[in-house]
Amino acid sequence: MTFINYAAREINCKIVYYGPGLGGKTTNIKWVYEKTNPNSKGKLISLATETDRTLFFDFLPLDLGEIRGFRTRFHLYTVPGQVFYDASRKLILKGVDGVVFVADSQAARMEANLESLRNLELNLKEQGYDLRIMPYVLQLNKRDLPSALPLEEMKRQLLYKGEPVFEAIASKGNGVFETLKTIAKMVLIELRKGR
Amino acid sequence: MPPSDLVLHEEEYQKIRDVISRLRTECNAKVVFLVDKNGQQIAANGELEAIDTTALASLAAGNVAATDSLARLIGEKEFSILFHEGERDNLHISVVGGRVILVVIFDERSSLGLVRLRVKKGSTELAAILEVMMKKSALPRKAAAGGSPFAEITDEDIDKLFSD
Repeated sequence: MTFINYAAREINCKIVYYGPGLGGKTTNIKWVYEKTNPNSKGKLISLATETDRTLFFDFLPLDLGEIRGFRTRFHLYTVPGQVFYDASRKLILKGVDGVVFVADSQAARMEANLESLRNLELNLKEQGYDLRIMPYVLQLNKRDLPSALPLEEMKRQLLYKGEPVFEAIASKGNGVFETLKTIAKMVLIELRKGR
Repeated sequence: MPPSDLVLHEEEYQKIRDVISRLRTECNAKVVFLVDKNGQQIAANGELEAIDTTALASLAAGNVAATDSLARLIGEKEFSILFHEGERDNLHISVVGGRVILVVIFDERSSLGLVRLRVKKGSTELAAILEVMMKKSALPRKAAAGGSPFAEITDEDIDKLFSD
């Protein structure tokens, strides 16, 4: 749900990073925060436990500059990935414009990826959204780990609708900005379509 | 159907600003702040220099969302008012028209009773403006804005945002 303020000439969009626990959602956002020009970003807020597990959400506002005279802002959110935080995940999906699914490439985490993807589909549906038609990008994270499944196998199991796929090593920044740029573009293209 | 985009036009924006500005004076508050339930800041008035308003908007919305869920868990429809008391400053948070969040920050120059009273009155006015805003938001963008500027966005415009 984009917020368009004609009076202040601003567009605000919301992107949510979804995926299983310890998959690298927060790492993605932290990398974006560290590598973004101070003028283009706000404060990074992390509501996390003492052990740095996301408890409620991470939030990072980004200012991308002007488009057709409108300041374009993106609000990036992550959800807590752990299964039992489902109530929080639902809250964070409210008003979402685009979703990045951060999958963990390790073979042992495939079941968790699949469960999280099903959970995303279901939680979106509850809010009246349809994953099949909303801006959506799949990021395959932790490609550097020895136990990572082959790319084709990951795609075979996780590809939802022919969405763009990026291989990533979020801890080193690989694939992080490619993912973000693609989802942001998809959201703006959706905005162009209007209703 | 997913919720429609929220569109704020000059006319309603001005009215909202007038109401929250007056509300701040009447409450003797430091800041009055209006946020969409999804965390988008709509308007703010007062001593904003020392406050990260974007972060405040997001956290206020998260707070209200979590509290709403807590209410439903114990069989309440909602907790319509949240109050956080600090050593110097206090936060009064209330939901207006079921859709937006009104945040008032005040210190010892005001009181909870005064804030509650004024917020109640201001909320009725705000709810009426918001209803018009929601109706306009639901219209196809072309009809509402006299031609949507976004239909003209080119791939080049979008690429330019990511040029560095």
